[in-house]
Amino acid sequence: MEGRDMHQILFKKELGPDIWLYRFRAPDVVAFREPGQFVILRISEDGERIPITIADVDREAGTITLIIQSVGKTTLQLAQMNIGDSIPDITGPLGVPTDIEKVGTVLCVGGGIGIAPLYPVAKAMKEIGNRVVSIIGARSANLFILEEEMAAVSDELIVTTDDGTKGKHGLVTDAIRELAEAGGEYDQCVTMGPPVMMKFVSILTKELGIPTIVSLNPIMVDGTGMCGCCRVTVGGETRFACVDGPEFDGHLVDFDELMNRLTTYRTEEGKALEHYMGETGCRLASKEGGH
Amino acid sequence: MQTRVEGGGSLMNIKERLAIPPVDMPEQDPRVRVNNVEEVPLGYTPEMAMLEAKRCLQCKTPFCIEGCPVGIDIPGFLKAIEDGDFRKSIRIMKNSNLLPAVCGRVCPQEEQCQQVCTIGKAKKDPCKSVMIGKLERFIADWEREQGGALIPSPARPSGKRVGIVGGGPAGLTVAGDLIKFGHEVVVFEALHKAGGVLVYGIPEFRLPKAIVQAEVDYLESLGVEFRYNFVVGKTAPIQSLLEDFDAVFIGTGAGLPRFMRVPGENLLGVLSANEYLTRANLMKAYDYPKADTPIVKGRRIITVGGGNVAMDCARTALRMGAEKSLIVYRRAEEQMPARLEEIHHAKEEGVEFHLLRNPVKLHGNADGRLTGAEVIKMELGEPDSSGRRRPVPIEGSEFIMEADALIVAIGNSPNPLIPQTFPDLEVTRWGGVVVNDVTGQTSVPGVFAGGDIVLGAATVILAMGHGRRAARAMNLYLSSGRWTDLAESLSLCRAEVR
Repeated sequence: MEGRDMHQILFKKELGPDIWLYRFRAPDVVAFREPGQFVILRISEDGERIPITIADVDREAGTITLIIQSVGKTTLQLAQMNIGDSIPDITGPLGVPTDIEKVGTVLCVGGGIGIAPLYPVAKAMKEIGNRVVSIIGARSANLFILEEEMAAVSDELIVTTDDGTKGKHGLVTDAIRELAEAGGEYDQCVTMGPPVMMKFVSILTKELGIPTIVSLNPIMVDGTGMCGCCRVTVGGETRFACVDGPEFDGHLVDFDELMNRLTTYRTEEGKALEHYMGETGCRLASKEGGH
Repeated sequence: MQTRVEGGGSLMNIKERLAIPPVDMPEQDPRVRVNNVEEVPLGYTPEMAMLEAKRCLQCKTPFCIEGCPVGIDIPGFLKAIEDGDFRKSIRIMKNSNLLPAVCGRVCPQEEQCQQVCTIGKAKKDPCKSVMIGKLERFIADWEREQGGALIPSPARPSGKRVGIVGGGPAGLTVAGDLIKFGHEVVVFEALHKAGGVLVYGIPEFRLPKAIVQAEVDYLESLGVEFRYNFVVGKTAPIQSLLEDFDAVFIGTGAGLPRFMRVPGENLLGVLSANEYLTRANLMKAYDYPKADTPIVKGRRIITVGGGNVAMDCARTALRMGAEKSLIVYRRAEEQMPARLEEIHHAKEEGVEFHLLRNPVKLHGNADGRLTGAEVIKMELGEPDSSGRRRPVPIEGSEFIMEADALIVAIGNSPNPLIPQTFPDLEVTRWGGVVVNDVTGQTSVPGVFAGGDIVLGAATVILAMGHGRRAARAMNLYLSSGRWTDLAESLSLCRAEVR
């Protein structure tokens, strides 16, 4: 029974410090998956359930690609696993797929690890016939992922870094404003990345009058609408990101509440990570830099 | 009623049987058990069980059977216990009930078989009825301790395939019945473990997870296939199951948590009973940090609600280290839907009851963490549609109850995932799947449903009763192809869904 349900790591590659690309065997997940959907992983018998948006699938091979940043115990533990190792559970695809429509020009704005879930959406937007203008940002040049892939599906690609080590020096919002000031017209914006980035992108696109889809990443347990842990306020109403989302109208999302709810278990998460690192001697690259 | 019955080799008359006081089941001391997650009642010894079974009068008209949603031959299995023939007893039991270890623990017997027991009536106290539930648990535990159930030889394959959506009490019952008829059975379970509410909801101290696992293992040994992490409606649409299977059963339960819709409900430290119990049970947060899933650990935890789920949360909170665990309920104790036994256990363990109180607003600090609930006092007015006196707020009586965590345990609605992705399926206004009461047939040919997806949040045994009826109808459907006159064809079937 277990053997058939186990999900093997078929490929693994470090894309940047603490950023890993994994290809898992997940035959159940691929058949009906569409861009924008996510999976829930559990990596061991005592493991927690964590949601990760799917970056890509290969239907014929029955595999999914996930890009995961090591930030806590589970993701660090996963990074220690090798090609050929297996994890017990991958559930999905979950959530409502992205509305892919031909609207004209679509602005795809991704930040950090958020470029991973943005890529399949940008690709689908392009394939359906939209003009795709993408802006991708990261703190620093070595943290970029999927730059070539994004370039391949975009009519225009703008790269920004917070520290100026690559592309434009500044934030993705600076780049959006420049595009708008240069007279660019955009029918739709899709933005994925850290909540604080999505918040400021949404504030700006509201000002510019561009409808905006955001993909939210609250804490989840079951991922099927059963626990309500992932509740977010959208337009004054409580919604469950796992079944009503994860994508919502960015102009209506209460980002401050989302960011606050993400801190619910910060103390526990910190302790668990410390404990794990103490026990195994594992380190996070980002922690070494003094961040 | 007979005047004399035989028992354990000795003859006892009714008077002698009536004179035996109910045999108490030993329990863990409340002061000890709040510090562990082990089961509270410890079980009968064979001697205790045989003595308790002697209290049954073997009534000619056994009202207890009528009172049981799955119609267990109660006098039969009790008589076998009295005679010390435990193997016979469990065989009688399993004719009607596949999950006695579960039902013996979580059925509300006081509202079913034990409510109508002749002894309880004679003593004018249903608490003095024959302890049918405790004996059911005894006989099931006995079998497990003997090394488990005998695996029957496989039935002749029918060549038909059945897909079951949801591995909870209803789905497991259907699976167990249909595999015995020779059908191929595949259970699609959304979570990583089967059992539904038995594993995510009901706490370890009330229903040890090893017991549920043993039942699932038994079904697997009979040939039932479990597909875990398979969310029907997402992983694959239910329509694709209809192509792959000759019949489908939907038993997806009532998994949609209700919230109070008061300001502050999204503060940190406020969570649904489902989330709290799922973290504590399925995800083993009681074993944190060995298990990876954390849980909100309040010092003062309020649980809002008065049902069994609320009791489970309040008692779990104590085991998670809360200094105070408070129940806040808008009606009085007499109106609480929880079982008396659960309320009693909660009180013994130190749970405080704040009755006729209702939260109207939740307050938090600058970090967005809960600091307390603003609660309004209530009084009982005229009876409402449920027959219970309606709680009415007393204007101006609001006050603050301090708390650093609050669990909302005010009920669940049917899981919307299947209805949302299956427009042909007829549902009620409140989201329950519409079925034929006798057969469990839905509006879609070949598709049956039962349990909480039909009833709304009810009980394990009612879900199993639904499963049992649906399985019988499905078997007839699979062998005859009849659909429109299926209910009439099932002449052997028990009448109404209770």
